[in-house]
Amino acid sequence: MEKPVISVENLCKTYENEGIKTQAVCGVSFSVKKGEFISIMGPSGSGKSTLMQILGFLDRPTSGKYLFEGEDAEKFSEEKLSYIRNQKIGFVFQTFNLLPRTTVFENVELPLLYDRGETSGKKVQEKVKNALQAVSMEHRVNYFSSQLSGGEKQRVAIARALINEPDVIFADEPTGNLDSKSGIEVLKILQKLNRQGHTIILVTHEIFTAQHAERIIYVKDGRIVADDLVKDRKVAEDGELLK
Amino acid sequence: MKLLNPIKISYKNLLAAKFRSFLTMLGIIIGVGSVIIIMAIGQSAQELILDQVKGIGTNLIGVIPGASSDDKSPPAAAMGISITTLTYDDLEALRNPRNIPEAEDGAGYVVGSDTVSYGGLDKALSFTGTTASYINVETAEVENGRFFTKEEEANLSKVAVIGSKMALEFFGNDNPIGKTIKIKEQNFNVIGVFKDRGSSAFGMSSQDDSVFVPLKTGQKILLGINYLSYARLKVKNPDLIPSAIANVKATLRERHHIKDPSKDDFSVRDQASALETITNITDILRYFLLAIGTVSLIVGGVGIMNVMLIAVNQRVREVGLRKAVGARNPEIIAQFLIESATISSLGGIAGIILGILLSFVASVIIQALDYYWPFIISVPSIFVAFGVSVFIGIIFGIYPARKASQISPMEALRYE
Repeated sequence: MEKPVISVENLCKTYENEGIKTQAVCGVSFSVKKGEFISIMGPSGSGKSTLMQILGFLDRPTSGKYLFEGEDAEKFSEEKLSYIRNQKIGFVFQTFNLLPRTTVFENVELPLLYDRGETSGKKVQEKVKNALQAVSMEHRVNYFSSQLSGGEKQRVAIARALINEPDVIFADEPTGNLDSKSGIEVLKILQKLNRQGHTIILVTHEIFTAQHAERIIYVKDGRIVADDLVKDRKVAEDGELLK
Repeated sequence: MKLLNPIKISYKNLLAAKFRSFLTMLGIIIGVGSVIIIMAIGQSAQELILDQVKGIGTNLIGVIPGASSDDKSPPAAAMGISITTLTYDDLEALRNPRNIPEAEDGAGYVVGSDTVSYGGLDKALSFTGTTASYINVETAEVENGRFFTKEEEANLSKVAVIGSKMALEFFGNDNPIGKTIKIKEQNFNVIGVFKDRGSSAFGMSSQDDSVFVPLKTGQKILLGINYLSYARLKVKNPDLIPSAIANVKATLRERHHIKDPSKDDFSVRDQASALETITNITDILRYFLLAIGTVSLIVGGVGIMNVMLIAVNQRVREVGLRKAVGARNPEIIAQFLIESATISSLGGIAGIILGILLSFVASVIIQALDYYWPFIISVPSIFVAFGVSVFIGIIFGIYPARKASQISPMEALRYE
């Protein structure tokens, strides 16, 4: 059996705010195979976003074991974490998090600025172009982020996540701030990326959105309550509306 | 870490956030500029005062009644206290070549101020009663008419020689010679008008703006006193001043029966000690300006700090995003350091240029008003103002980066 790309065991995250401890995630164990498309689903406050942020190395767990590509994440240095964030994973946020007053090109290029390898100007141009083509946004390359619609912003954000060809793409409620047509487009792109071999981890509270994945992990009150394969998997098509 | 990348990122960021960059720069421009202007004006003012003292001439010795505790602080007479120990006979003794062989001439003075009127115009003016030798001792020039004579001095003539400014004020284009003015309700015949001279700092009153009457007329008729306010001796050449001073002291001690030099009832000043006195006063002025400069630097610094801190929220989120896409902490710190150093230095340089420019404009305007106002820039003030402003700019510029580097990217992204 192939080694899972992500494997967690008994993962816990406790926040401490002004002396009051809140357990956001506790006792979570599961693993994700390479090339899988999974949804983490749960109501707001269930801890699903916290879980994903830990998986995406934006935050560290309080306790538990996290193996990323077979390596113990607890032992990763800051340097190694930056490398993983830059090369191995891509993040798509609900609120897009594009840099204000910068162009589409500059936003997509951002991870390349922190790329360790020497990247020539020509190579940068090509990579940005390819990433924008993958999300059908190449016609907006010189637009400023403020000139884009919500759906376009999210597509640019996906292009940014894609630019270094990461193994895993994390999408935190990527359709949450979008109209249903744009939402479907985003899901369609994610499914296409999955078919191309990217592992996708999608966080959502909508069952319809979650059903675009192969597998759904249900989270409630910081614990996994169910972990099922999707029987009737949805395929995002043009013209379809997000329900 | 590639050095070029943080520079590239900083450059893009500065251009993107033009308004924020401008506001930060403005704080630094004002901080640096105001300190430079204040220090420049202070130094020029000092030069102005010193120049006026120097303008009196370097071969004069002043004899002032009353002791002064040391030779640097202003004598009591300069503070407006009347001391009656210096007399006309003392002056005569000082003018005697047997006592002071170095002296070429000497003049005695009494000063007062009262209402001077002509036609419908009344004005409080300072007047000086002096000896006929004034014109020689002070190298004064009469442009119109003549100065009064020894005879007029001796027989209490009510004649007056007036300053150029006063002439213009009272008589306009009319010829003042032969006109009668009233000083303290007494009629005086105007016999001469001085040539325009510029103000004098030694007696703290300007020749251009006052009335001169014969010494005894001033003593008996206007003031009702029989002592001198002060006396001045003109020495043949500046090198003789130290020996002249020694002779003046010896002569006066003998006349006043003083055996212990520490009990002198007079003080003798030459130009150098007068300069020193004035420098002391103007130094105080400069410390005062320095204090104002420091305050404006602090105000400027708080301004820079505020602009930087307002941008923190947005910037902490930016740091979170950059870290989420793989930026390392040193790269983030380098980016913010370059950004704030660039902004601060550009602002600092603009502040220096603005400060120098405005100081120059001020000097041009003040010179146009006919004052001696040299254009001086205090170099230390430039360095201090620039250094402090840029330091504050950089510290508060990298503050959000430091703050954000200490928390996880997620917390930074959620930062409010």
